[in-house]
Amino acid sequence: MSQDKGFLPLDELYREVILDHYRRPRGRTPLPRVDVTAHGRNPVCGDEIDVALALADGHIEAARVTGHGCAICTASGSIMAELLPGRTTGQAEEAAEAFRRMMHGEPPPAAVDLGDAELLEGVQRFPVRVKCALLPWMTLRDALAAHRAGAAPTVTTTEESDP
Amino acid sequence: MATVPSRRPALDPRALAARFPILARQVHGRRLIYLDNAATTQKPAAVLAALEHYYTHSNANVHRGVHTLGEEATEAYEACRARVAAFLHAPSHRGVVILRSTTEALNLIARGWEHHLQEGDEILLTEMEHHSNLVPWIMLARRRGVTLRHLPLREDGELDLEALPRLLSRRTRLVALTHASNVLGTVNPVAEIAAAAHAVGARVAVDAAQSVPHMPVDLRTLGADFVAFSAHKAYGPTGVGFLVAAPELLEELEPVEGGGEMIREVHLDRATWNEVPHRFEAGTPNIADAAAFPAALDLLEELGMEAVRAHEVALTGYAWERLASLRWLQLHGPADPHRRTGLISFYDPQLHPHDLAQILDSEGIAVRAGHHCAQPLMRRLGVPATTRASFGLYNTTEDVDALVEGLLAARRYFGLPTGGAA
Repeated sequence: MSQDKGFLPLDELYREVILDHYRRPRGRTPLPRVDVTAHGRNPVCGDEIDVALALADGHIEAARVTGHGCAICTASGSIMAELLPGRTTGQAEEAAEAFRRMMHGEPPPAAVDLGDAELLEGVQRFPVRVKCALLPWMTLRDALAAHRAGAAPTVTTTEESDP
Repeated sequence: MATVPSRRPALDPRALAARFPILARQVHGRRLIYLDNAATTQKPAAVLAALEHYYTHSNANVHRGVHTLGEEATEAYEACRARVAAFLHAPSHRGVVILRSTTEALNLIARGWEHHLQEGDEILLTEMEHHSNLVPWIMLARRRGVTLRHLPLREDGELDLEALPRLLSRRTRLVALTHASNVLGTVNPVAEIAAAAHAVGARVAVDAAQSVPHMPVDLRTLGADFVAFSAHKAYGPTGVGFLVAAPELLEELEPVEGGGEMIREVHLDRATWNEVPHRFEAGTPNIADAAAFPAALDLLEELGMEAVRAHEVALTGYAWERLASLRWLQLHGPADPHRRTGLISFYDPQLHPHDLAQILDSEGIAVRAGHHCAQPLMRRLGVPATTRASFGLYNTTEDVDALVEGLLAARRYFGLPTGGAA
C-alpha cells in the first residue's frame, strides 16, 4: 500500500510528522491548573475534543488537548498543544486565525510561526478533511475569545458553514 | 483463509457488473470497488437509457393537456406506480404515492396522520432507527405532545421482543420501525411486531429502504400498514421515493402540501382534494426519474428477488467470516447472514473510520464512514462512528478480498500491527 498510492497524494495528507503526532499525541498530560477550557465536536465525524489552557501573566503556560478523533484531528491538536506554550493569548488567537487562513488556501501572515502545523497544509487537497484539521484551532479560537469576554466555555464545530 | 460458502449464488455478479457502466471507471488509478450500496446503488444502463428515452421522446407534464406527449408522459409516470404495486404485491396501484424519498414518505405519514393523535398518545420506535425514522416523530411529539417510546436493542444487534408487551398498550397509536437496519444489517420480524401492534389497535409504518432492494418483500405478509422505500437504493434514479399502503389507509392521511395536481376543485377560499394517491402529489412530480425506475425493477424481476437475496446472503456470510478473522475489528449486528441484509458495519478502535475510508478510497474502494444517520444507535453501540461495507448485485468475493487487503494496508500505513489476521 505505501509502495503504491495510485494517483492520490495520500502522503501529503498523512505526512510522517503528522502520523507521528497521531501515534504519540503531545499535550495529553493533566495541567497544574485550568484557566481556559472549551469543547469541540464534529457530530458527523463523531470527533470530540477538549482544549484546556493554563495561563500566567497573559501567556499560555501549558496546553492540553484531549478527546478522540481521526488522525488529522488528533495530530492537529497535538501540534497545537506543542506550539502554544510561551505564546500570549493574543498570539495564540493570531496563530489560530493564520491556521484557518492556511487551511482555506489564503496566505497566512508571514509574522506568525505555525511550526509543524504548516505540514497540515496538504490537507487542503482533501476538502472533506479540512474540518478535521481545523477543529482544535477553532475550538482554541472560540475558547480564547470567550475568555477575553468573560463568557462561559464554548462548544465549537467545524462542520457547519466555513469557520 | 475462509472458505466460500457452498450455496452458490444463482446470479452472476460479473455479468451483472457489465450492465452498470459506472463500474468500468477507475478511481485513483484502481478498479472501482463500490461497497456503498446501502447509501445508494449504481444504475444499470437500462435505467440510464430509460431516462434518456423519456427526455428524448415523451417529455411533457403529467395529468394535464390532451396532447400526445402529455399522454405518453402520464402513461410512463403511472406505469411506475403500477409496477411498484406489483413488485411489492401491494393491494392496488392507488395505494402507491410517488414522492421524493423514503424520508419524505415517513414525514408524510408523521404529518398526515397526526390529526388522529392527542396528548398522552404513544408512538413506539426502536433504538436502531435511521434519523429519517426518528426526527419526523420527534417533530410530531413536539407538535402534539405525544410520547415516544423505543423498543430496545439486544447485545446481539436484534430487537428485544420480550420488551414489546410492556411497551405496547392501548395508548400506542403507531409503531414505526425499520425493516432492515442500515447500520446493523438486522432484518426485523416486522410481521410479529405488527401483529402485536395491531392487537392493541396501533398502525404500523415500516422503513423498507434497506430491504426492498435486497430481499423479497411481499406486502400481503409483511404486516405493515404503511411502507416507505426509495428508488435510488434499488438501482433506480435518485429523487424518487414511495409511500405504499392500502388505498383506504391512505384515506386516513391528510395531505401535507397543497397545490396543483392534488386538488379536485378550487375556489378562491376553499378547495376539495383529488382522490388518493394523487392528493399527496402536489406540484409537478419527478416524472423522468419515476418513468425510468421500472427499468430497474425489470432487472430485479429478471433475476428474481430470491436469487438476489441468496447472492447477498452468501456474500455477506463470506465477508463476515473474513472480517471476523481480523482480530482487532469489532463487527456489529447479527453474525448469521440469514438474519441480516447485505451490509456489515465494523469498527477498529485504533483507526478512525474516516482515516480508514480515506486509505480504502486510495485503493479504489468506496465504503461509508460516519454515523450513518443513526447517532442514537452509535451511542448505544458505544462508538463515535463506524465503517460500513454494503453489497449489491454486482459485488463479488474478490471485492470482499480487496476490502480485507485494504483494511490490512490501512493498519500498516498507520503503523498498527496486523497480527491476528487469518
